Amino acid sequence: MIVDSSSVRFASLSLDSGSTLVDVDVAYETYGALNAARSNAILVLHAFSGDAHAAGINHEGKPGWWDNMIGPGKGFDTNRYFVICANILGGCRGTTGPASVNPATGCPYAMSFPVITIGDMVRLQKMVIDHLGISRLLAVAGGSMGGMQALQWAVQYPDAVVAALPIASTTRHSAQQIAFNEVGRQAIMADPDWNEGNYYGQAPPARGLAVARMVGHITYMSDDSMREKFGRRLRGKEAFGFGFDVDFEVESYLRYRGSQFVNRFDANSYLYITKAMDYFDLTGGNGSVAAALEVAKARFLIISFSSDWLYPSYQSQEMVRALRSRNRDVAYVELQSNYGHDSFLVDVAEQSALVAGFLSTTFERLT
Amino acid sequence: MTAKAADELAFVREVLGRSDYAIIGDIVERNSRVLDLGCGEGELLEWLAVNKGVDARGVELSGPKVQRAIARGVSVFQCDIDQALRDYPDQAFDYVILSQTLQETFRPRQVLREMLRVGRRVIVAFPNFGHWRVRLSMLLSGRAPRTSLFPYEWHESPNIHFLTIEDFEDLTRKEGLVVERRYFLAGHRKVTFRPNLLAETAVYLVSSRV
Repeated sequence: MIVDSSSVRFASLSLDSGSTLVDVDVAYETYGALNAARSNAILVLHAFSGDAHAAGINHEGKPGWWDNMIGPGKGFDTNRYFVICANILGGCRGTTGPASVNPATGCPYAMSFPVITIGDMVRLQKMVIDHLGISRLLAVAGGSMGGMQALQWAVQYPDAVVAALPIASTTRHSAQQIAFNEVGRQAIMADPDWNEGNYYGQAPPARGLAVARMVGHITYMSDDSMREKFGRRLRGKEAFGFGFDVDFEVESYLRYRGSQFVNRFDANSYLYITKAMDYFDLTGGNGSVAAALEVAKARFLIISFSSDWLYPSYQSQEMVRALRSRNRDVAYVELQSNYGHDSFLVDVAEQSALVAGFLSTTFERLT
Repeated sequence: MTAKAADELAFVREVLGRSDYAIIGDIVERNSRVLDLGCGEGELLEWLAVNKGVDARGVELSGPKVQRAIARGVSVFQCDIDQALRDYPDQAFDYVILSQTLQETFRPRQVLREMLRVGRRVIVAFPNFGHWRVRLSMLLSGRAPRTSLFPYEWHESPNIHFLTIEDFEDLTRKEGLVVERRYFLAGHRKVTFRPNLLAETAVYLVSSRV
């Protein structure tokens, strides 16, 4: 299935910070068909470095980031549901972000781009949904930062969400999660090529961005999965090189992933999006997840993974307890997986069965 | 066979192969709110949702069982019973069900109290340790009894608090509970005579005296 990306422009978007963005573009893709009642739409929300290309094969021959979950007969069954995925605000894959041209100046925004929040991302997604003529979503679903957006949807537009599926996610970042993001940001800003964010049209801060990505990849894996994948194996040699070139497989892998990332991601987007994640707090700072979720009307399926130490299960369980204390409809399970935070992207057999069953009864109750 | 004759035989029908489920299915009123503690793969909850239109929720500790329950569309979350009850607001449910699990809990009395805080009524089904086969097994073998109802070696058994029908009756009196209904079963047969000796399973519907 070759998929096309679509784009829509909105005249303006007001932001939580008080500022307003004008001429905001959003890139999105859709899979499956919207039914006559417009009741089978599912918005899939991508994680930090994802994009609108969630499923199918694009014109570059690349499969979508959740292609194992979205498609005919898959967890999000496109024979039954109409699935939408849009690149987030602040991104660099077709939606307006710091690399976009500011219509007021004719130059890229760079660091003059306003600071954005998860709430802003969701507000823009709501505009896309309205644009598509959908008033209520059967489900909002996503892993990691996609899960934050799903939670935000459930409280920001409670009447527009029938079901929410936050996977491997949290209601707010812990100090540890903020710390890893800060290391990534500092790596970028310490690169002289970053140049206070003004690198468009010249060499980008490739080394800083690559290091940021290397740190990210470590946090997405687990001790077990790294041992299994790399161990202490050497890369293309029988003995240590007694130097600082690549010796170990794991070094080679991280360098490769870092350099690949530079080709597809904007360093300033990295800064803005990680900041939005760190600012995210569903409780609005008062600490009560239960009070925050009080307004939500959706039923919830919450999933965490046993080896995910970046978004540990206790964070999902906090949501579950909060929903339970308000007697909300919530299903939860911790799946056993060795793949760490990446599990929701790569270890999807059990996740697919859960999502399919949950969506099926949700949809049947509607009709 | 006439309907009357069938009634006189007093065979309990089955739901999902279990008579205690059939009784629970009869007790639960339509469109009520039900919490099933230790709900396994959610078979009973699914049956109640489909046949009685209940708002069905479940708690189960085993991850694989929770997965199968969610995959069949039942809202189940993975948690132990004590923790699950603690978080719910008062009187959140019309019925809280504990089927064949009371004898496996660490503090059955506290569990019962918490169930009655969270639910208006409680349905408890448990295996009767007073059944004659259990008594005979212990008397003759001199060892921890093993019967079809209690098939485990003592060190492998999930059952940690053995109780009989008389014990449960005693507990309801001590707790000042109202027994609204009680059913006694041997296999798929109703037991009316000397249940503490002849019944294998008991099902109680109890509520607080308010």
